[in-house]
Amino acid sequence: MNTFFLIAIVVLIFLVIFQISKASEYVSILKGEEKARKQSNKINGFLMIAFLIFGLIGVWWCNELFYPKTVLPYGSASSQGEKIDTMMWITIIITGVVFFITQILLFWFSFRYQESDKRKAYYFANNNKLELVWTGVPAITLTILVVFGLKYWFKFTADAPKNAQLIEITGHQFGWEIRYPGKDGILGRKNYKLTDPAKNNSLGVDWADAASHDDIHVPTTMHVVVNKPVKLVINSQDVVHDVGLPQFRLKMDAVPGTPTTIWFTPVVTTKEMAKRTGNPDFVYEIACDQMCGKGHFTMRGVIVVETEKEYREWMIKQRPEYLKAKQFITSVSADSSKTVALENQGH
Amino acid sequence: MVVHDTEHAAHEPHHQSFITKYIFSQDHKMISKQYMVTGIIWAVIGGFFSVIFRLQLGFPDQTFPFLEDIFGHWAKGGRLDTEFYYALVTMHGTILVFFVLTAGLSGTFSNFLIPLQIGARDMASPFINMLSYWVFFIASVFMFSSLFLQTGPASGGWTIYPPLSALGDAMDGSKAGMDFWLTSIAFFIISVLLGGLNYITTVLNLRTKGMYMTRLPLTVWSFLFTAILGVLTFPVLLSAVVLLLFDRHLGTSFYLSDIVIGGKILPNEGGSPILFQHLFWFLGHPEVYIIALPAMGITSEVISTNARKPIFGYMAMVGSFFAIASLSFLVWAHHMFVTGMNPFLGSFFVLFTLLIAVPSSIKTFNWLTTLWRGNIRFTPAMLFAIGFVSLFISGGLTGIWLGNSALDFHLHDTYFVIAHFHLVMGVASMFGMFAGIYHWYPKMFGRMMNNTLAYLHFWISLVGAYFIFWPMHYEGLAGMPRRYYDFSNWESFKMFSGLNAFISVTAIIVFAAQFLFIFNFFYSMYKGRKLTERNKNPWHSCTMEWTTPIHPPHGNWTSEIPEVHRWPYDYGKDGRDFIAQTEPVGADETKH
Repeated sequence: MNTFFLIAIVVLIFLVIFQISKASEYVSILKGEEKARKQSNKINGFLMIAFLIFGLIGVWWCNELFYPKTVLPYGSASSQGEKIDTMMWITIIITGVVFFITQILLFWFSFRYQESDKRKAYYFANNNKLELVWTGVPAITLTILVVFGLKYWFKFTADAPKNAQLIEITGHQFGWEIRYPGKDGILGRKNYKLTDPAKNNSLGVDWADAASHDDIHVPTTMHVVVNKPVKLVINSQDVVHDVGLPQFRLKMDAVPGTPTTIWFTPVVTTKEMAKRTGNPDFVYEIACDQMCGKGHFTMRGVIVVETEKEYREWMIKQRPEYLKAKQFITSVSADSSKTVALENQGH
Repeated sequence: MVVHDTEHAAHEPHHQSFITKYIFSQDHKMISKQYMVTGIIWAVIGGFFSVIFRLQLGFPDQTFPFLEDIFGHWAKGGRLDTEFYYALVTMHGTILVFFVLTAGLSGTFSNFLIPLQIGARDMASPFINMLSYWVFFIASVFMFSSLFLQTGPASGGWTIYPPLSALGDAMDGSKAGMDFWLTSIAFFIISVLLGGLNYITTVLNLRTKGMYMTRLPLTVWSFLFTAILGVLTFPVLLSAVVLLLFDRHLGTSFYLSDIVIGGKILPNEGGSPILFQHLFWFLGHPEVYIIALPAMGITSEVISTNARKPIFGYMAMVGSFFAIASLSFLVWAHHMFVTGMNPFLGSFFVLFTLLIAVPSSIKTFNWLTTLWRGNIRFTPAMLFAIGFVSLFISGGLTGIWLGNSALDFHLHDTYFVIAHFHLVMGVASMFGMFAGIYHWYPKMFGRMMNNTLAYLHFWISLVGAYFIFWPMHYEGLAGMPRRYYDFSNWESFKMFSGLNAFISVTAIIVFAAQFLFIFNFFYSMYKGRKLTERNKNPWHSCTMEWTTPIHPPHGNWTSEIPEVHRWPYDYGKDGRDFIAQTEPVGADETKH
């Protein structure tokens, strides 16, 4: 019944609008079309300036409401992110200035130069100096942004520092698997054809590679040490996923068949960030940022940033996956020439 | 320059049957209307889908029993199935990008305006032109039928990245729905090619006497560049589509490698999913200019006409079209900064992407200068053109953020991107399309549309567009990912639930307001005020299309095609309101 009334009301509103609009056409004929046209021109001219004023107020108000909800006020959790924030501010200021100037001019001109009998339009077809100005000024401004951007881009995509902690993260429908290289600092080789969750080898690790024997595999939650660079090796088992780290301001795709890497230095522990945000439940989340299937929105991982001591306490409790999988290994049958050497770079 | 014989002019009256006049018509004006009506139908479907998935995003905890009435098992208990939610998102994108803003915009106006504005009796090949529409129609039929498949339509996003789109096991939408999608798009590409080749040939060869390239209205310039872009880039998508079909059905491994899905180990090795992304975006990026350029052309024409001033910097406008079109071939991988691409290669894409901002800002400032000291008439078309400029500025500036790869690390695939492209090419081009329809409706149907409805339509749409998309920038700054069905389990994103509800409600209102336009469009066809012989050029425009009879026959002019003597923007020259392009230059006229 409610739905029926709702539909009836909507239809009624439309009917009223249509009738009024039709009537306005007849009225304009009665009044004299030219006069009616000029009147509606005035109304629209006024609405232009009203839209400008309310729009500017709206922009400010929207910022008041939502800026505190973005991740920006709490600072970035990684040293890379801090630079990205700096760059974002430069970009905000430059594009912001252009935004306000052009929008104000657009609606102000529309209002100011609305049709009037007292004035004639000014025949002004070309001016090379003006054209040069608005070719040159944007070109220079953009050069500044490109230079800044590329400086950071090359920094972020450069090789990780030698002391970076190596961690592998593998995406699948719909979750994340984390693998640590263990004491030797080397991740054991993998071959996707060896994947067999029933034999405790859901990542397809090649046990023939001795480096794999101390590797530690944990689902979902990644532990990293504050102020120590982390190098992620990113894999996918099925479709393209993406390791999205909003508080660290980073993301990188997980592509099946082509491992990718990204490195960053976490600078704020989870506990510290919980204090800053005033949210006791705060955690760093890994959000899948590439459409990966019906469970895309549930593909959540967690990063725990902690002190070296806390990290050690946690790590010492972990058992290498090899120990659980050993019972299934009858013989070393895998052809190691076929396995994929992923990353042999450690501490 | 081609001088036409009047052989198939309307001297001999065409006695056409219903079928040759309205269905298999070879008249560019009728084909244009066919494109437009098909585009409007698709726009309603695509818009409706967005409203439905916005219900889920805005009110994830509520059930809407009427959804089950409409969608059956896709919305059991009044809550959208996740799979179906993704199908709606995918179809919304596909429909709006290809069927509405490519076919509906460029198809409608290139067809309608090119022959009328350059002084031609029809396209270079009216038959191929007709084929172009009907191949598009076949594409539409395939896409529409996919909505009724047992496993649903394609649901991996409109970018259909493999392996998700290549493997039926990855998602229900990647089963039969994806085959329909690929077939439909293959037909669509053929249609674009048939249309585009025709547009290019016509502009280059069929201009009337005196219509030099430098006297073309900017609309025609924009359609020319759009057609060139389409002809050069759509075939690349076709190759991507064909290879994907091979991967799906013939066991090839172009895009597949090292995959374990649903517990099955696939034999495919050595392919790269990234290859598809390169092929896709080689079309995909020029595609957004295929969408935006016609809207820019229409906006230039409408702003100049209604400011009663010549467009400022005509040659700069043409030059910036050329610059945008050329640069658009060199920026595609800016959609792929986070795929692990070579950073050195990435730096070129940053450079070229940000370079595009230069011709874009030239255009913007030229539009602003055209308004300056004008005598502006706020016709509905003019309002939408001004709205276009405003939205183009707002959405264009955020492109500078996203194009800078370092910032893209944070913003990629978040709501910031949604806000950016909806403003700059979604809503803005929609506004361009509305401007075009309101402006040329009298030429199309010989009747006027209702102004009051049009004004309401404009103001609700403009305010609504900003209400919907402006706050999304903030969600994006928080890193809120796109294509999520529900955010309530995410500590990082759940604080936006109130905002999401607000956006959804606004979206529903704005969608409803579009019916003001649709009603106006169809009602005015039969009941709108007729143009009179005295008032057959209602906007006092200089361009040639208004010199045709109120109801131009097939062949457009009943006598000789008039000769052109000047450029199309002599508004306000020598104290005269406007001087039509067909008027010879007077002896005492000021030279500019």
